[in-house]
Amino acid sequence: MINYSLEASGLNKSFGRRLIFNDLQFKFDKSGVYGISGPNGSGKSTLVKIIAGIIGASQGKIFHKLDEKEIAEEHIHNHIGFVSPYLVLYEEFTTYENLKLFADIRGVKFNQERVDYLLNKFLIFKRKDDLLKTYSSGMKQRVKFIFALMHSPQLLILDEPTSNLDDEGKNSVYEIVKEEGQKNIVLIASNEKNDLELCDDTVYLEKYKN
Amino acid sequence: MNSKAYSLFLKDFKSELRTRYAINALAMFIIVAISVILFSVGNEKISASLTGGLFWVVIFFTAMSGLSRAFVSEEERGTTLALQLVAAPTTVFSGKLIFNIILVFAMNTVIAILYSAMFDAFVIQNFLLFLTSFVFGNIGLAVSSTIIAAIIAKAGAKGTLYPVLAFPILLPLILTSVQLTLFAIDGISFERAKFELAIVVSYDVIMLTASYMLFDFIWKE
Repeated sequence: MINYSLEASGLNKSFGRRLIFNDLQFKFDKSGVYGISGPNGSGKSTLVKIIAGIIGASQGKIFHKLDEKEIAEEHIHNHIGFVSPYLVLYEEFTTYENLKLFADIRGVKFNQERVDYLLNKFLIFKRKDDLLKTYSSGMKQRVKFIFALMHSPQLLILDEPTSNLDDEGKNSVYEIVKEEGQKNIVLIASNEKNDLELCDDTVYLEKYKN
Repeated sequence: MNSKAYSLFLKDFKSELRTRYAINALAMFIIVAISVILFSVGNEKISASLTGGLFWVVIFFTAMSGLSRAFVSEEERGTTLALQLVAAPTTVFSGKLIFNIILVFAMNTVIAILYSAMFDAFVIQNFLLFLTSFVFGNIGLAVSSTIIAAIIAKAGAKGTLYPVLAFPILLPLILTSVQLTLFAIDGISFERAKFELAIVVSYDVIMLTASYMLFDFIWKE
């Protein structure tokens, strides 16, 4: 039984005079896979950044609750895993070094067993000691998934999760999404039909333009 | 929080050893700045008070050449988001501050040693007063440089904006530190320098408090 919930209340975001979305409401309090969809420029990435606490909303609020208690803004990052094409990890470090240093900065124990499981799942175990700058963009995208999943977050936010990935990589992502969706909340922001087919419910951002 | 900030500092330290983003810039600037002063002075005999002022000029411009890297390098490489996803703003600021404090102390110690070796007139009579002003001056310089780096990291013209924004903020610290260095050169006692010392300590406390209060707003877009 999931004890995490995500709720948006009267969410509004504008950049200057340009309205991105207005009076956005949703509540996800059951484990599952949820989608955020809309045409290019509709604000999918903006919304996931607001949910992750990276940028603020112009009006309204996002509530992250654990056991019915609201999580303080400065602790939200401990409950979230985030993957996006614009997320960049440290290229001067190896995959293993990156994951270890992120665990240390986050203040959680480096779970070697889980990291090795994820490295195998995303088929990069053999390259774990190579510098990230030697990786292809698809391999970097796989490392981002491990970065997002290594601390077992209750909310997994995936912004265009299958970009840069080959078929093998996409299958790994879909398997992980289904696996995580059984016990946690998975949020997918995408336009890809295959990505959205995994979702139990989808928020269409074009409905919130007025 | 402390161990997380220390981990972030270690990350920056290891990253610096591999990329040499700031160390090379600082080392080159120290050598160039001291060489330019040496060439411009030539065979002229400069007064002790002038060496005290020039000492802080070298420190100010060297700081401007390398200390912005704390946040600018994260922004330029696009790794800011990764940090936002793993740490609270106070952790990030503390980690970056530890790195800059160590960098400032290393940089200014090298400047002080080279400067003493190159300029005969730069003779400190009251070493304890110089050391005290050096320590508090460096802390103030590191705190101010770190928060200004965070502010300018998202701007377009970072290189220009950094010294322009830093100058008015650092001016009270630099002026007072120059005065304290002159006192130390003249051998003036601690008792007579306590007003200037109080200004430097107050500056450090105010900047540190203001930085922690402001950083949340700066860090979140």
